[in-house]
Amino acid sequence: MATVNTLIYLIIYPGLLFIFLYSTFVEWYDRKLYARLQNRMGPTHTGPSGLLQPIADFFKLMAKEDITPERADKTMFAALPPFGLAIVSTAMLLLPVWNYSLEQSSLTSFNGDIIVLLYLLSLPTFIFFLAGWSSTNLFSTIGGARVLTMLFGYEVPLFLAVLSPAVLADSWRLAEIAAFYRQQPALALVNLLGFIIALICVQAKLERTPFDIPHAETEIVGGTFTEYSGKKLAVFRLMLDVEMVVAAGLIATVFLGGFPGGPILGLINFIIKTLLVVFFLSLIRATTSRIRVDQVVSFAWKYLAPLAVLQLLIVIIVKGLIS
Amino acid sequence: MNFQIPIGPQHPALKEPIGLRITVEGEIIRDADIRLGYNHRGIEKLAEQKTWIQNVYLTERICGICSHSHTTCYVQGVEKLMELETPKRGLYIRMLISELERIHSHLLWLGVAGHEAGFDSFFMYVWRDREIVMDILETISGNRVHYAINTIGGVRRDLDELQVKRILDSLEVLRRRSQYYLNLGTTEPSFVARLARVGYLSREDALSLCAVGPTLRASGVPMDVRKDDPYAAYDEVPFEVCTAGTCDVLGRTVVRIKELFQSYNIIEYLMKNLPTGPIAVRAPRRAKPNEVVSRYEAPRGENLHYIKSNGSDKPERLKVRAPTLGNYAATIKMLKNGFIADVPLIFAAIDPCICCAERAVALIDARTGQEKIMSLKSLKELSLKVSPTTTRKREIEWPL
Repeated sequence: MATVNTLIYLIIYPGLLFIFLYSTFVEWYDRKLYARLQNRMGPTHTGPSGLLQPIADFFKLMAKEDITPERADKTMFAALPPFGLAIVSTAMLLLPVWNYSLEQSSLTSFNGDIIVLLYLLSLPTFIFFLAGWSSTNLFSTIGGARVLTMLFGYEVPLFLAVLSPAVLADSWRLAEIAAFYRQQPALALVNLLGFIIALICVQAKLERTPFDIPHAETEIVGGTFTEYSGKKLAVFRLMLDVEMVVAAGLIATVFLGGFPGGPILGLINFIIKTLLVVFFLSLIRATTSRIRVDQVVSFAWKYLAPLAVLQLLIVIIVKGLIS
Repeated sequence: MNFQIPIGPQHPALKEPIGLRITVEGEIIRDADIRLGYNHRGIEKLAEQKTWIQNVYLTERICGICSHSHTTCYVQGVEKLMELETPKRGLYIRMLISELERIHSHLLWLGVAGHEAGFDSFFMYVWRDREIVMDILETISGNRVHYAINTIGGVRRDLDELQVKRILDSLEVLRRRSQYYLNLGTTEPSFVARLARVGYLSREDALSLCAVGPTLRASGVPMDVRKDDPYAAYDEVPFEVCTAGTCDVLGRTVVRIKELFQSYNIIEYLMKNLPTGPIAVRAPRRAKPNEVVSRYEAPRGENLHYIKSNGSDKPERLKVRAPTLGNYAATIKMLKNGFIADVPLIFAAIDPCICCAERAVALIDARTGQEKIMSLKSLKELSLKVSPTTTRKREIEWPL
């Protein structure tokens, strides 16, 4: 029975099937919202209001010809997409939606899981870099270099912003941090600055406008993904969708009080709160233009990092006041 | 480490084929080179085989965006050759279409600039409002792109009261929207960060490299054929030449948006002072032997047609100098020492129309870099030498 339960956990809920369905739904939501903000229709054709369009896109890409460049590192080139998908799916299991029990720690909820989650969210960046580098295309190489350059900009502010609520809650466990802010909702307001910083950094991590520099279409064609096609590209796109859900889930856990209410209500909470975060991410995407890679780094270090430090200072002062 | 990036002949930033080879050091451009000739259509040669009136429709197809610019430029030259006096009303309608075309071209450019900078919302909004102009053009001429309104001696379609009213009503909406774009384009921080101080072209360089149109005016040179050498009835219409002193892509954006407002004013004046009378006079079939140079301020800059007649019903020579060609030299200058990320913006900022500018084919040997111009005779000999049965080897090595 335990084996069956584990298999259901891994494959159906909250495993691969749920991750696939929910992340494609979030992609549809993002696309539709982005389109409406631009006075367009967005997807309409497949399914009601185009709801199945991302799934159709996925399967269409799966059926397309898969080309590997002759000079590419073939093993690496083929291994990276499934590897990346595995990483972000693992990160998804760490979100405190399916492990809502506070009393006992488990394999997916333990003291320090916030660090593991942040680490798992950093790995996709390296996957993109390696993908660009191993395909040996000029545009991919430039894209790969840009991925890393950007990482130096947004990673430190992101960590500072996400960890300061944890400092205030005095815990490194996601479920406990969320529970702390549910008990004292007023204290969540202290982290408002961190919330904004985290939103911007997540936008950069997900490589969306204004930070879509590594695959800026009009500059370097497909960037890191120039040489990717067919199944590998489909898996990469799915990976980006899952990464968006995980990042939105992380922000919702840390800043918006998590997902209380047991298995069903918790899931509804999860859906509402992640969609709210994705709404903000789409809003940023629709209202800005792509900036240059040097501008990202200077913006991150001139504004985001000092503000994140300021947030940490505020948290330390507030913590001193309430204890 | 230096390496070369091939932008084009096929690249998402380019809507038409052109080769930009860019030598970069990291993200910084050290050298740039432009390769033309992917889109040569032999229009000038074709024009020598068509009659004067057929050529109106041929020149219209030089460009899809400034189609009216090329026909007007050609028709003006031919009218001078045939010594025709075009009626006032015809001239006014011709000017109306050319200003509407300027508006639609500038709005199109503004959207493209937004897209090249990754600001897709701006692109979508601008292009939505561009539909207003396209609709006006359609109600006047029946067509959205090739208006086919010019004919030698005047225009082909008249305006009625209802159309005049509709144009004036639409102007109000366009004015309001353009004001919004002017504010947005010059204040949205991430957009301005991409445009300001990008693609610098000093006043001296702009003049010495013979830049034309908004590119030249954004470097602070108030040069506009409509003002300097008025054609049609531009000497009767009050308007200003818009310039900017920033010499960068932001300046080129501002100049184009300001020109939109001037065009709205011109159209309003034209519609309120529309003279009565015929719209065209009958043109003869032949022109006396003579030659003429016709100038026209297209949305992209000065357009120039040289026409030579030999007494027959066909031109002996038609030479087209499209504005894009005048801006290529300046583009190289602007690209140097910029970032890779700025290439699409700088290149788009001259509003390139590549197929307009393709005129001659020069063959460059891929291995030695030697350049030669082939004559028709030697091309014929070459084509006879290569029979369909001989197998041909792939001769070009990549990268070139």
